[in-house]
Amino acid sequence: MLPLAEVNYFEPWWVQIVKSLVIFAVIFGILPILIVYERKLLGRFQSRYGPNRVGPFGLLQPLAEIVKFAMKEPFRTATSVGVLFRIAPAISIITAVAALAIIPWGDVQHIFGQRVGLYGIDVSIGPLYVFALGGISFYGVMLGGWASGSKYSFLGSMRGAAQLISYEVAQSLSIVGVIITAQTLSLTGIVHAQEGMWYFIPQFAGFLVFLVASFAETNRAPFDLIEADSEIIGYFTEYGGTPFVAYLFAEYANMIVVSGLAVTIFFGGWLLPFGIHPPGWVDPFVVLAKILIVFSFFIWIRATLPRLRYDQLMSFGWKILLPLATLNLLVTAVIVVS
Amino acid sequence: MTPYNVSDDVIEVVRSPSPSPVAGAYRVFGETLRGLKTTFARILEGTTTIQYPEEKTPVYPRFRGRHRLHRFEDTGLEKCVGCSLCAAACPADCIRVVAAENTPENRVSAGERYAAVYEINLSRCIFCGYCEVACPFDAITMGHDYEMSDYTRSDLIFTKEMLLADAIERTPLRREGE
Repeated sequence: MLPLAEVNYFEPWWVQIVKSLVIFAVIFGILPILIVYERKLLGRFQSRYGPNRVGPFGLLQPLAEIVKFAMKEPFRTATSVGVLFRIAPAISIITAVAALAIIPWGDVQHIFGQRVGLYGIDVSIGPLYVFALGGISFYGVMLGGWASGSKYSFLGSMRGAAQLISYEVAQSLSIVGVIITAQTLSLTGIVHAQEGMWYFIPQFAGFLVFLVASFAETNRAPFDLIEADSEIIGYFTEYGGTPFVAYLFAEYANMIVVSGLAVTIFFGGWLLPFGIHPPGWVDPFVVLAKILIVFSFFIWIRATLPRLRYDQLMSFGWKILLPLATLNLLVTAVIVVS
Repeated sequence: MTPYNVSDDVIEVVRSPSPSPVAGAYRVFGETLRGLKTTFARILEGTTTIQYPEEKTPVYPRFRGRHRLHRFEDTGLEKCVGCSLCAAACPADCIRVVAAENTPENRVSAGERYAAVYEINLSRCIFCGYCEVACPFDAITMGHDYEMSDYTRSDLIFTKEMLLADAIERTPLRREGE
């Protein structure tokens, strides 16, 4: 019987636990900062300051908001479906956090005479793991909408699931070009394969498709009509308080995952250009800086583009992105084989 | 009479020819880049926000804010003689004047009478400035203060002493040409 996936690990169990705790703590420490960073940058794009009242430079704004959300009455509609209504946000956030495990933050380092890989795990199926978790995260959307017991939430979740499924196809196809060029599915292997040239140059079409599909996958503008704050009703209409915060955090954690994936696959992970080889402890900061740049681009797009209509969204996904990704795959395959 | 023909009312909407897929994709890409340039220019421009409580919008010299009552600068006597012309002119009926006679022992104003009670209900005032126009002695003018919010309605009834006093914090005046 074939194994499901080869997992390369050589650390003792306690190092694994410490690693996962560090990744979890760092990401969840960064999330509120990212939220306030997004709002401030978005403000600058609109000639205003953004939040600057709570704490120094408005940095405590997310804390104030979380406290506000946590104080809210745990409301549920009379028609909501008990357990599912509660675990749906948990599914969303668990899948988002689990996907963080394979983002490589650096190469294998020697710490206290111990070989430690600066990543959660290095699986031989790399991106497939992320897409599998992305597939499970539909359940967070679907169950959340359905278990709310509200017709509008249900319609919103249907719309959301349709969008996520159609764009996941294009997103996964767009990186197949990279995978057949690098000849590996392991994310650290892909980074090592980029030592000559980062993949966003030879795989530019794939990069564009991946980027656009990522916007749709993370429900970001201009594809944010899953939530569509201002006019139509999304799947988490009936949620308030902490479950709503869970959905919010899941969205931002997903953005980190997608940014990390883009950095790893197309921007050379922890590598620096011009042959600079910094010491190993710099690697996580390089990855973090690159993720921040991709994240800023997400915000830039959000400040620029208006929301698409639903039929435009669907036809764009299936009629433009999917053929483009397939064409990119075919051309890459021909070049690699010949 | 000719029967109504529906097709007469139908107007053909003239649309530009739809571009080919390649041209359309190129146009979308180009327009997206143009949009990105536009928003990025806003960052370079800086913000236009006025940070209100710390930084106040300067007002024009003729701005009609909260009323002021005035005294003669040399004698210190009140200019108001309690004629109630302002109360008569007020369209919102928010001014109440009760006049009293000046006596040699108690000389408040320069005229025969003075305003024993002078109240303006600022929750009713519409800041039209008619009182200022009606006043024959320029005793009441519209000041520049616009920060008048309060917690109770009765706090918004300004008495003569409050109207005579200087504003606690002066509203900045717009400079020439600003």
